[in-house]
Amino acid sequence: MRMWFVCRFCCPAAQSNSNPEWEAKVLEYFKGQLREKESHSWVPSLNDVPLHYLKPNSLVKFRCLVQDMFDPEFYMGVYETVDPSTKANVLRCGKYKDVTECGVDLNSRNTVTAERQTFYCVPIPGESPWAKEISFLSAARVVPSTSYVPSRQKRSYEEDDDDMDTQPQKQREPHTEPHGNGDSKRQETEAPSSQTTAPSDCSSHLDLNFPLPGERGPACLVKVYEGLDSFKLNDTLEIYGILSVNPVLTVLGEEKDPSLLLLNPTESMETPEEQRAHDPPASLVPRLHMLYARPLQHNNPLLPSAPTEDQSAFVSSFLVEMASVRAELLAYLTHVLLGDGLAAEYLLLHLISNVYTRRDVLPLGKFTLNLSGCPLNSYTERLYQIVQQLVPCSYRLSMSLHTMNSMRLVPKKDYVANRLVSGALQLARNTSLFLDETQLEQGQLDSSGVRNITALGNLISWQKVDYDFSYHQMEFPCNINVLVTSEGRSLLPSDCQVPLQPQVTPPNMEEYLTTIHMAQFTSQINKFRVYLSLARTLDYSISDEVTKAVEDDFVDMRKDDPQSVTAEDLHRMLVVARLLSLSLGQTTLSRDGWMRAKHIDMLRRSRTEQQKSLNGNEP
Amino acid sequence: MSSPTSTPVGSKPSSDGLASPPSQRRRGQDSSNGDLPAMPTSPATDIASPAVHDTSLFSSPRRSVLPSEVDMSSPLIGVRGTPVRQRPDLGSARKAPQVDLHTELPSADGAVASEQAAGQKLVIWGTDVNVGTCKEKFQRFLQRFIDPTSNEDENAGLDLNEPLYMQKLEEISVIGEPVLNVNCSHVQSFDADLYRQLISYPQEVIPTFDMAVNELFFERFPDSILEHQIQVRPYNALKTRNMRSLNPEDIDQMITISGMVIRTSQLIPEMQEAFFQCQVCAFSTRVEVDRGRIAEPAVCRNCNTTHSLALIHNRSAFSDKQMIKVQESPDDMPAGQTPHTTIVYAHNDLVDKVQPGDRINITGIYRAVPMRENPRQSTVKSVYKTHIDVIHFRKTDEKRLHGLDEDSDQKLFTEERVQTLKELAAKPDVYERLSSALAPSIYEQEDIKKGILLQLFGGTRKDFSQTGRGNFRAEVNILLCGDPGTSKSQLLQYVFNLVPRGQYTSGKGSSAVGLTAYVMKDPETKQLVLQTGALVLSDNGICCIDEFDKMSDSTRSVLHEVMEQQTLSIAKAGIICQLNARTSVLAAANPVESQWNPKKTTIENIQLPHTLLSRFDLIFLMLDPQDEAYDRRLAHHLVALYYQSEEQIEEEFLDMAVLKDYIAYARTYINPRLNEEASQALIEAYVDMRKIGSGRGMVSAYPRQLESLIRLAEAHAKVRFSDKVETVDVEEAKRLHREALKQSATDPRTGFVDISILTTGMSATARKRKEEVAQALKKMIQSRGKTPAMKYQQLFDDLRGQSEAAITKDMFEEALRALADEDYLTVTGKTVRLL
Repeated sequence: MRMWFVCRFCCPAAQSNSNPEWEAKVLEYFKGQLREKESHSWVPSLNDVPLHYLKPNSLVKFRCLVQDMFDPEFYMGVYETVDPSTKANVLRCGKYKDVTECGVDLNSRNTVTAERQTFYCVPIPGESPWAKEISFLSAARVVPSTSYVPSRQKRSYEEDDDDMDTQPQKQREPHTEPHGNGDSKRQETEAPSSQTTAPSDCSSHLDLNFPLPGERGPACLVKVYEGLDSFKLNDTLEIYGILSVNPVLTVLGEEKDPSLLLLNPTESMETPEEQRAHDPPASLVPRLHMLYARPLQHNNPLLPSAPTEDQSAFVSSFLVEMASVRAELLAYLTHVLLGDGLAAEYLLLHLISNVYTRRDVLPLGKFTLNLSGCPLNSYTERLYQIVQQLVPCSYRLSMSLHTMNSMRLVPKKDYVANRLVSGALQLARNTSLFLDETQLEQGQLDSSGVRNITALGNLISWQKVDYDFSYHQMEFPCNINVLVTSEGRSLLPSDCQVPLQPQVTPPNMEEYLTTIHMAQFTSQINKFRVYLSLARTLDYSISDEVTKAVEDDFVDMRKDDPQSVTAEDLHRMLVVARLLSLSLGQTTLSRDGWMRAKHIDMLRRSRTEQQKSLNGNEP
Repeated sequence: MSSPTSTPVGSKPSSDGLASPPSQRRRGQDSSNGDLPAMPTSPATDIASPAVHDTSLFSSPRRSVLPSEVDMSSPLIGVRGTPVRQRPDLGSARKAPQVDLHTELPSADGAVASEQAAGQKLVIWGTDVNVGTCKEKFQRFLQRFIDPTSNEDENAGLDLNEPLYMQKLEEISVIGEPVLNVNCSHVQSFDADLYRQLISYPQEVIPTFDMAVNELFFERFPDSILEHQIQVRPYNALKTRNMRSLNPEDIDQMITISGMVIRTSQLIPEMQEAFFQCQVCAFSTRVEVDRGRIAEPAVCRNCNTTHSLALIHNRSAFSDKQMIKVQESPDDMPAGQTPHTTIVYAHNDLVDKVQPGDRINITGIYRAVPMRENPRQSTVKSVYKTHIDVIHFRKTDEKRLHGLDEDSDQKLFTEERVQTLKELAAKPDVYERLSSALAPSIYEQEDIKKGILLQLFGGTRKDFSQTGRGNFRAEVNILLCGDPGTSKSQLLQYVFNLVPRGQYTSGKGSSAVGLTAYVMKDPETKQLVLQTGALVLSDNGICCIDEFDKMSDSTRSVLHEVMEQQTLSIAKAGIICQLNARTSVLAAANPVESQWNPKKTTIENIQLPHTLLSRFDLIFLMLDPQDEAYDRRLAHHLVALYYQSEEQIEEEFLDMAVLKDYIAYARTYINPRLNEEASQALIEAYVDMRKIGSGRGMVSAYPRQLESLIRLAEAHAKVRFSDKVETVDVEEAKRLHREALKQSATDPRTGFVDISILTTGMSATARKRKEEVAQALKKMIQSRGKTPAMKYQQLFDDLRGQSEAAITKDMFEEALRALADEDYLTVTGKTVRLL
């Protein structure tokens, strides 16, 4: 195991650029090793282990989202220098390194210039505490190869670097963890809470640019050498690479000789903002030289992550259980939704929805749910906490007037700092976005508020976010499950609206929900988690025979009442039928499945109509 | 010397010193330079030119000019006293030593200079450029190059059958602007080897060109006086790349890239020559900046005092420099990635030539500079900083500003692509094919898709400014209205994604300002900047406006000008201008009552002013047809949409990329004109349309409709790649126009098509009825005899009682208004007075 952590990449002097195969061989070797069972869990993760416990130049992994892509840079792939001990000229390799030893012969003909690109990566935004915790614990099972012992009282970050409190101020929404176990250990990986709550006047000093407010964790500058085109913005990756925290990289605070600036304008061409964004102190934003990156289909630590035989075995074993787990989950959600079985059914379908393909501009498979008629007073907040417990990634956006007017939802390019300033809609695929419209009150939306609402509307209708590049907009497709809770019908578009009809009215909502939650065993909850993540990944098809039946059905429905059934309705019912089948672990649509989908859609519609006649004024 | 390189080893003289990191590419070892004599691989003892005697790498700059050194900075020193201007864009290579090609260069240590026999070929160190030959070749190029097929706008007014660049020199002598722009593709077609040298060693070759052109110029125009000597600015290096493909191989080569300016810096004064004065004896001396450094003289040469020299800033020479950040244009980028940026330095008169937001083509030299070593640290970052030194800017959208027509899209089509497109165009059903390829996920609505297809192609642009009518609108405007949920928005989104210069706005969210342009104060410079809105941005494109009906009146009023005159006038904050907005408008509107009311006219349903409606060429209704066969097809379509595999879909429909290219090609190259029969057919069609109405005493067509027909017919001809508008085109235009009218201009009361619904907002029958009511009311009042004032409500009740047809309050009020217009009565509050 030693080899993992002491790997240093110095190519022997003899191996110059004339023999480039060794690089490919190195990569092959590492990929091969990492493919081996369990081996990837030996590598310490930046997500779990505080930076100062990791050895520089060791192999680490990082589970992250590509937040920004910087311009490519040229570096010295091979350079010539004088060995201080032997006084002989030697060739050294500059790959996987940030710095070179001094005395580089800049005009050596052996110098090879190569290209690499830097990605700015942040931990997956909105990753649920349970997901972090489980992956942390599973990593801790393996003997940590670092000096880091989780139980030890660790030094606070402040001693290292007080830049740490520059994280965006924590939002008022509390991170409650009803799920007590393992909390004490969890604390180890996080900065002391006193720090984050302390008002940070120096937040302008260094902004780690997390998409969501209140996030923490290490951001990382990942140097990418191979396959630059295969990565996209907002990809979620597990990166294996060599950690570099050389203090030379810290240009901040280094006093510059003004005369040097005059004579060497190449150094002055970067604004201070740009330097801060591109060369933050390595102690805060470490560099990671990528050896190998694995795209993550999901970040649920309970599921095998790679599509191997391992996984297919896992899937087939779970498929048997699927129907029973579904029933349990449905019962649980029914309780949570105050006894409303239909709403629970729809919530379940929503949670496994996924944009599986796009036809020209139309995303297929999205299923935005609008849960209307939600009781006020913290019910929605509690509901979110329960959703958060079930999905690996989520974010609750409280749509109050203030947040709508002031929050940055759409990422925007900052040309001064030359980086993409993140916004709350820069999320990983399959993140659950919980829009709480019950928080919205009457009042004036200003122009940024209107833009934000438009962005949310676009996200829901087209599953895309138009990033603001100031001179033009750029469209980034996304795959986000949007759940809107509101009192009346939401002002945002949605695929499907379900008015909540509570069957029980508990006197104390908090208590009621907490009891329901506590009644579930962790193992049970874990099953739900696996179920939700798995159902989403299943393939699905429809036979010609059923296609025919669906068509006939549609024509019949139209015959009876052409006004009530439109193409929109068929669109929705097809999605419902798909999700319903998948939720039962069926990968093809059966006649029954279609009838069921029709049935629940009818129930839902009769309910909305009922609502309409009650209020009268609903459009 | 067994390595594949055969370039000089070791001590690299100061020619390009720090400026460029060696890459895998070796100078003088381009794959293309097969014409070079074979490099001897003899041991490095028989040596080089005298120039390479300087062994220490970072020695102080040489001051003595060596015999075979070419002083690049001063080609023809003082030709008739015209001063030389330094070219910071070419970097610090002002003194390039020449080496003898036939000799191998020394290894690192102790180069011994030895003169070779005569007949050796002198080249500039590190290259295969021989100054004399190069100069000669370039002069020959200038004197002989003729491009009879040139269609560049820069060559307007030049005789294409005369040597092009000699004419340009003449121009220089007249205008006095000492810059000669040279199109690299001309050089290439004239002398491929010269071109290769230019691309590979711009730093050395361009000064040689300068020399050549100045010799030639002053020989020919000995009396002309220029500000400084002529500088050659090559552009359009065929090695045009997008920013993404720049790689270490391009370092120090000449490249042309395109992009958009996102930021420009303040002017940076860069010291070129430092002026030192001795504090003791006032002796002064000048030191040139070498590789970004100034060697401060330690000892005064006059009085021998040490460290007595002080820099006098205001007597030093500076040159202008500006940092410009350029971002990759959105079209060049792969999806899902962020755009790259590149830093560009502009020097001297290129400073302030571009503004943020400009789309430009830059020709320049790609540079990479290593990080500076910090003496206090033992390690250094191993990254290079890269930038481009600009030689030439060319704004790609300049033509737009000048109003010179034709799409400036530089979309180039490969031969094969053109061939495929032409094959496609030759198919008889190309029109149907293309329209079904449009938004395949939207079911049927064939006519609407055909309408949009024609809109994408557009008519032929005609200029009538001679006769005072100005530009004739070539763009087709389309309005879609209909029930919510009939995928109007989806259609708009599709079109927006299809066209390169499309804009998508929603009527709800956009203000007049967002559509047109607004003036903004730049927080940094306090400069007023005109920011353009969606309509201006979609010039030559399509502006998709969703929820057209939700737009405020003031916003809509902006559209009046755009949709007919194709311009936007702005008078704001002291900026008065007229911008081109030659955009097609594709709008979607929902009926006021959320559901389309078939009993009402289009105007009543969508509540849009008829002045605006009449500016749409085609107005389509997207309604639910409610018919079983349709339902079945729809269901089949939708289910297939969800469950067909990608491949199946692709087989069925044309690729979106092909469609894009097809449209772009037709828009750029096809300009159909009406032929005789087509004109006749149009005239007949128009007369027919007029006739329909005249029978019932109403006007059913206006010249605007004729114009629409012409546009549609032209667009249809473009679809066929035909240069002539023929009768088929007119037939289809007629059919489509009729279809649209049938949908939107049918009077629900009579069932006839009545164009006046769209042009005046009211059908002829409705107008007739209004008059009748007014007359009835007048009669009623007259029958009462002399009553100067009446109660409003009573009058209304009386009229209702009297009339056999139901009279609504609206009708009553309208009648009152009509009578008031006749000066028969006035209405004040609740009383009606006779006049």
